[in-house]
Amino acid sequence: MVTPSQPELAPVAPTTPPAEPSPLGDQRSGRLGERLFTLVCLLSLALPLLLLALLFGQTLADALPRLDWAFLTSFPSSRPEAAGILPALAGSAVLMVLTAAIAIPLGVGAALWLEEYARPSRFTAFVELNISNLAGVPSIIYGLLGLELFVRALSLGRSLLAGAATLALLVLPMVILSSREALRAVPLSVREACFALGADRWQGLRRVVLPMAAPGMLTGIILALARAVGETAPLVTIGAVAYVNFVPSSVLDEFTALPIQIFSWVSRPQLAFRANASAGIVVLLAFMLALNAAAIWLRARLQRRIDW
Amino acid sequence: MYAENTAEPPRAKLRTEGLRAWFGHTEALRGVTLRLPERQVTAIIGPSGCGKSTFIRCLNRMHEVVPGARLEGRVTLDGQDVYAPQINPARLRRRVGMVFQKANPFPTMSIRDNVLAGLKLNRMRIEDPEVIVERALRQAALWDEVKDELDRSGVHLSGGQQQRLCIARCLALEPEVLLMDEPCSALDPIATAKVEELIRDLSERYTVVLVTHNMQQAARVADYTAFFYMGELVEYAPTDELFTHPEDRRTEDYITGRFG
Amino acid sequence: MEAPSSERFGRLDAPRALSERLVLAALFACGALSILTTVGIVAVLARDAWAFAREVSPWRLITDLEWTPLFAEKHFGLWPLLSGTLLTTLIAVAVAVPLGLLGAIYLSELATPRLRGLLKPLLEILAGVPTVVFGYFALLLVTPVLQRVVPGLAGFNALSPGLVMGVMILPIVASLSEDALHAVPRSLREASLALGASRLATVFRVVVPTAFSGIGAAVILGLSRAVGETMIVTIAAGQQPRLTLDPRVPIETMTAFIVQVSLGDTPTGTLEYRTLFAVAAALFLFTLGLNLASHRLRQRVLKGAARW
Repeated sequence: MVTPSQPELAPVAPTTPPAEPSPLGDQRSGRLGERLFTLVCLLSLALPLLLLALLFGQTLADALPRLDWAFLTSFPSSRPEAAGILPALAGSAVLMVLTAAIAIPLGVGAALWLEEYARPSRFTAFVELNISNLAGVPSIIYGLLGLELFVRALSLGRSLLAGAATLALLVLPMVILSSREALRAVPLSVREACFALGADRWQGLRRVVLPMAAPGMLTGIILALARAVGETAPLVTIGAVAYVNFVPSSVLDEFTALPIQIFSWVSRPQLAFRANASAGIVVLLAFMLALNAAAIWLRARLQRRIDW
Repeated sequence: MYAENTAEPPRAKLRTEGLRAWFGHTEALRGVTLRLPERQVTAIIGPSGCGKSTFIRCLNRMHEVVPGARLEGRVTLDGQDVYAPQINPARLRRRVGMVFQKANPFPTMSIRDNVLAGLKLNRMRIEDPEVIVERALRQAALWDEVKDELDRSGVHLSGGQQQRLCIARCLALEPEVLLMDEPCSALDPIATAKVEELIRDLSERYTVVLVTHNMQQAARVADYTAFFYMGELVEYAPTDELFTHPEDRRTEDYITGRFG
Repeated sequence: MEAPSSERFGRLDAPRALSERLVLAALFACGALSILTTVGIVAVLARDAWAFAREVSPWRLITDLEWTPLFAEKHFGLWPLLSGTLLTTLIAVAVAVPLGLLGAIYLSELATPRLRGLLKPLLEILAGVPTVVFGYFALLLVTPVLQRVVPGLAGFNALSPGLVMGVMILPIVASLSEDALHAVPRSLREASLALGASRLATVFRVVVPTAFSGIGAAVILGLSRAVGETMIVTIAAGQQPRLTLDPRVPIETMTAFIVQVSLGDTPTGTLEYRTLFAVAAALFLFTLGLNLASHRLRQRVLKGAARW
């Protein structure tokens, strides 16, 4: 390493610290303060998570005596030992499928319109404001809407269809939001390529853009469905009751769902029902875990096919 | 362009010896040994990616802020090793200030608070805020333009004014060295001329190290110029000499525009 | 933030074929659905709230201090329900905002990438837990523990659901605040560090103030969520409307009252039944106001970001 010649500079006096008192040293107190603060911040996240873990653990422990095959296949009863969760489980499963069937086309459709077709205008800004607001409306108010509109006005009664429609409206903002993000993630150049090949807008969207956006959309949809599965208030308001003695066979049947059943058991004063409630919670959480796992698997599968 | 009124050459305010720097596995500086003279303007020129910005960021220990950054070698300020373990980088940065390529005044603060920001962030006692603000803004040649709107935020100022505000913000801390990383590259020619004039004035009190990709700027403003190429210091001389009689072939090629 | 691709493609793709126009109409309908939903909610609430107002002067909602619409001697003062909602919300916010903000600062500024990768998914899990599960936690696990620590804590109270709600909305506050902090440009952090500020000083005196609007939006959204929360308070706070700020006694929130009437045998079309809608209308207005405020702040963040 040849150092190029440098112009003449006066030799430097050996280590004469400038007149300032302790100029560059002393950082121990600063570092300690920063470490302490970082610890406090970490704890502010870790403690609630730990608390949650403890609560889950205790719930699982409370649930174990009741968790067995009989529990999963029995009908509700006034005796806690005999009360099972079958109709609720079936109800939740059917509800979820129905909600998906309603919310996915409507939500993806709205996202497509907002992202691909609509020119930004005051109207679209108003639509976006609406969606943002609807995302924050309490779920119980959706229940009241569902009650008046689906149960009464459309005479669907306290049926699975009415429940699914209500839940679909509830999760629609989430579906729209995540679908829009997924569409935005698809590069513009892809759409340009479609046009250059002579395809019209819808063809390009249907055959190229949507499949590319699908994995991202799926995650959002699954999250929305998981939220729907856990909702209690809107279903309570439309009148879904816990004492349903049959597994629903048509979408117009009355129904119950996992959260409703749990709510009902929690509300009973008898101590023995507590085990039922905690067992129900375990089943509900397992259900949601299965949903999320399916989402991750499905997403990985779809993503592998589209390597971009 | 030596300091004309001194018989002897200026002493070195900052020195680097065998300075090497990495970003992860990429070596950005390959052993740079350089002496930066006190109260002179030293320009660092070279093509993009030659390590100019990395070099000055090693001088005020901003290089290590980037995750994955490493460095070896020695950097001394007035003979004191700035990377010694007991050195507080924050204190160093008070004495070695930095102005960035894109002016970055704090948007939530007024002009006055921006100038005082360095003092407040360091929790230093401010005895005469108005005096400090006026002095810094005058030194940055901005006082007359903003003295009536010190309470307004700085974001409505023009690019050149914002940059001078950032310079004032540095000067309020009364540093000894000013590192300037292409301070004019985002400015129009008129604003550039103002800042260049400012730099010449500042060099009477401060040691200025100026990174620039504009050779004419170096010729106009700097007393000494260093040419960097691919992480190495290729040549270093008083500006006149470097531009009229470059010793190294690469320097000559760069100056005559054959690359870069 | 990119503009929707529709903005970039001008007139070239004005749909001509009938199928294309049908598609556009269908998608537009999906988009307009959000407006219809809002209209539906407003209509449903307004209709019965109006019917209520014709029998009971809205003035009484403000001047009366008791809420006993289902008793023989009827009082229609909204204050007891308001204080119930307020009390639980305040406790929740007192937990979620400090912890959430510190957590956001940690995730955005201080955490190592590994810890970030661990904590963020855990927070998402926390955000996905159904509220009925939190209700169970509050009533059956948290209250008994608190009863040993807080003298005079009743079985139903505001403290326990308030704390649990705080944990529930923590992920919302933390995640949105982190987005706001993350959006502050690096150049501002660098400028602060170059002036000799410590990392902590940079965080508190530069990054956080700059992200203030976004953080405000996050807090308001969390607040709105707490106000609209139903199941946790229905299960654990009680059904005794009471004008109080004492967190140890049973109370009733607006949302719990709606559930109470929905579950009860009050016949529809009666005044007693309509009180449900009056309360729901008030609830909707509150959350609407909060959501609009949060939306406004978020727009301000986006506009501010364009300046940098």
